[in-house]
Amino acid sequence: MSLKTAAAGGNVKHHKEPLFHLVKRTDIATWKKWLIRIVTVAAALLLSGIVCAVLTDGSNFIGFYEQLFRGAFGSTWRIQVLFQSWAILMCISLAVTPAFKMRFWNIGAEGQTLIAALASVTVIMYLGGKVPNAVLILVMLAASILAGAVWGAIPAIFKAQWGTNETLFTLMMNYVATQLVLFSVNAWAKDGSGTLGVLNYGSFDGLFGLEYIQNVVFVTVLTVIVFIYLKFSKHGYELEVVGESVNTAKYIGINVKKVIIRTMIFSGVMCGFAGFLLVGGSPTPTVNGTLVGGRGFTAILVSWLSKFSPVAMVFVTLLVVFLERGSSQAANSMRLGDTAAFEDIVVGLFFLLIIACEFFINYKVKFRKKEGK
Amino acid sequence: MDKTIALELRHITKTFGEVVANKDVNLELYRGEILSLLGENGSGKTTLMNMISGIYFPDEGHILADGKEVVIRSPKDAFALKIGMIHQHFKLVDVFTATDNIILGEHMPPYSVKEEGEKIIAEANGIKPVKGNEKFLWGLKLGLKLTALPFIKLGKKIKFDYLSKSRSARIETIAAKYGFEIDLKKKIYDMSVSEKQTVEIIKVLYRGAEILILDEPTAVLTPQEIDKLFAILRRMRDDGKSIIIITHKLNEVMAISDRVAVLRKGEHIATVNTAETNEKALTEMMVGEKVDLNIDRAEPVDPKDRLTVTDLTVVNRDGIKALDGVSFTARSGEILGIAGIAGSGQRELLESIAGLQKTAGGDIIYFDPAKEDAAVDLMQKTPVEIRDLGVRLSFVPEDRLGMGLVGNMDLVDNMMLRSYQKGHSLFVDRKNPKHLAEDIVGRLHVNTPGVRTPVRRLSGGNVQKVLVGREIAAAPTVLMAAYPVRGLDINSSYMIYRLLNEQKEKGVAVIYVGEDLDVLIELCDRILVLCAGKVSGIVDGRGAKKEEIGLMMTKLHGGENGATEEAL
Repeated sequence: MSLKTAAAGGNVKHHKEPLFHLVKRTDIATWKKWLIRIVTVAAALLLSGIVCAVLTDGSNFIGFYEQLFRGAFGSTWRIQVLFQSWAILMCISLAVTPAFKMRFWNIGAEGQTLIAALASVTVIMYLGGKVPNAVLILVMLAASILAGAVWGAIPAIFKAQWGTNETLFTLMMNYVATQLVLFSVNAWAKDGSGTLGVLNYGSFDGLFGLEYIQNVVFVTVLTVIVFIYLKFSKHGYELEVVGESVNTAKYIGINVKKVIIRTMIFSGVMCGFAGFLLVGGSPTPTVNGTLVGGRGFTAILVSWLSKFSPVAMVFVTLLVVFLERGSSQAANSMRLGDTAAFEDIVVGLFFLLIIACEFFINYKVKFRKKEGK
Repeated sequence: MDKTIALELRHITKTFGEVVANKDVNLELYRGEILSLLGENGSGKTTLMNMISGIYFPDEGHILADGKEVVIRSPKDAFALKIGMIHQHFKLVDVFTATDNIILGEHMPPYSVKEEGEKIIAEANGIKPVKGNEKFLWGLKLGLKLTALPFIKLGKKIKFDYLSKSRSARIETIAAKYGFEIDLKKKIYDMSVSEKQTVEIIKVLYRGAEILILDEPTAVLTPQEIDKLFAILRRMRDDGKSIIIITHKLNEVMAISDRVAVLRKGEHIATVNTAETNEKALTEMMVGEKVDLNIDRAEPVDPKDRLTVTDLTVVNRDGIKALDGVSFTARSGEILGIAGIAGSGQRELLESIAGLQKTAGGDIIYFDPAKEDAAVDLMQKTPVEIRDLGVRLSFVPEDRLGMGLVGNMDLVDNMMLRSYQKGHSLFVDRKNPKHLAEDIVGRLHVNTPGVRTPVRRLSGGNVQKVLVGREIAAAPTVLMAAYPVRGLDINSSYMIYRLLNEQKEKGVAVIYVGEDLDVLIELCDRILVLCAGKVSGIVDGRGAKKEEIGLMMTKLHGGENGATEEAL
């Protein structure tokens, strides 16, 4: 694809060359690519610092960076929280990846994770205390995975059979999941508060003697599995072909419908696992409408930014979580009020700039040569 | 012919990333001449013309129109300089009529109420009377005139936008002047390719173009239509217009042009007078080396029926019969050519055999040489079922990167498309495909940085070598190829012809869908001509006449036997 020359200014009499035009790059040196990205991340941080300084009347520019690191790595507990958050976001990012690689625009990870968390909590509500803890947790796992798989499979089946639009479908499924959670919580909350307190059963926090970070172990294993699945399995190959060209897939005899449904079930299963970790992997199992907290959407950005590579995803997720935790701490310590809002500003700036910088990796801007050279 | 220069290009360079599309190109176009721009695919012909018509902007160099340096930043600028381009892919609105498309985007001549008003006042001041009574009348008249101005503008606008009668008349004059045959009230979707092209040309003329650029205008036309087009182009030339025609077909260059400019790999090699050159010399300039332009055709050895298609009918989504009662037999050791205007059912025919197209009726029977020619029914089978039946059917589809290969995957993974399903392992085997890829790269001289390069980075010819190489590697008994040389350079094209011939000599039944009638006649043992989904006839490749096939393409059975059905 080549861009038309970009005309600069609305000058009608065209006696001059345009001020600049864009030239597509075919190849760019790896170091240049990374330089652009690193500069971009630095720019995002700089901008965040400026925003922080403006919000605190100019008193806290350097302080922002100090708090950023302190919030992420300031204490053992904070590091644990950092990795706990990493595990969940990473798990959901892994989950959405096969579907996106298949060019199935699944924006329903939020709902798939939430419905799985609800399934876990339902199991706790009805079996908690009645069966041994190990059995309870296994039943929770099975229920979560099943719920996630069903939530992922429904839009896939409709897409495969009747060609419905998966983006709208998965989005709507998110609302259904949220409403189901609200309904259930209302039904369970005996005190009429509409919120569910911390449940007494169902937590496997501290499993393998790893407090708080047993989730990290699970998700690391999952990362390896997804990496192998995408790269070396026949399934992974098939979904890539379907994503690249449905016509090619048909031409070589791939059952496209089957691949779509199968891949979305796999995606849903992983979201289900994330929902299970959110409930059981936490020392304080509970569920509410905002339990997933937008991570189902952040995961989409992470997955695309990593170009669907699970290895890259490890680092992108870490960076995002670092920014989230750090900026949240910064907002707290500087009394910026709504911490979540400031968190969103910092992470938003990062995503905005890092996605925009890809433009400079793909295109070169050529300026008009000075006249009378 | 007077020798005024209409357009001049000086030292034009254009790059896309590291690809140099045009390098230091100099070109002159005279008034009243037809200049052929000759070059292989990827030699930068279209890029060069796009810079003249305002689609690209040159990185370096100057463009001179009528001796003055100009800057062309958009197609609008180009039109202002009376340059019009007819692109390979037509840019017409399907649901509009020809007239609507031609006048589309035209603006009303500027009409400023303020300026007109000032004019009237100035005029009135010249005859300003002195007497009170007359002065009053004079003032009243002037006032009325001024008030009427906005309404006049509105009237003109309505007339321009909704009552296009005068413009229709102008279009008709243009059409009559150059001998276009067209129904201006016809909607574009009802038109044949040739009619659409006519609309494009009239559109450009209507806008007052003096320089016309035609990008491969003959690629989609039948021999008869090409003759008509050339007659029109000659009339335009005699009328003083300058025409650049982009092509890579030598016989057309010789037939139509006054001069030929040859491009190779983005560089301008030479501009010669057509009368002083010949096809061989031009080919050498174009390719840069001597090329053997002969296709050997061996006599078929022991031909046996391999594939029989009977009364095959396919109904497309719109309920129209894309194929209607098609019957033929493909024999081993023979190349069966399929000719026809683009979209006459070629794609549906091959895809039905390959199991990719839903069929409405008929029979497809394969005779398996491994089982003493036992008949195998291929009707309504999926590609997997066909393969599981042991039918060794290879298919080189028309859409190479959209169907035959995956552009973003490397050579190895593309080889794997055909083989990955083998075995029960959960994991793919990349070892054998890698060997196959290396083998094909070596044997077919594929120009690639390595077998791990995404195929979309390869040039068209190399992409096709990879695809054909893979399909041949499956040791087929039936090999179907749809437009396998489309967009390929001469050397690659002849390599593909040789490969097809090799397969034929191995006893494979080859089905070749082509568009170049000269090649079809030279290469094929028999040629099946399709016309609007029906078999118009099957002729022997030896002794077939181009005109005869051209006629059969447009009229069923060439208009003989009283069957004078018009082609769609």
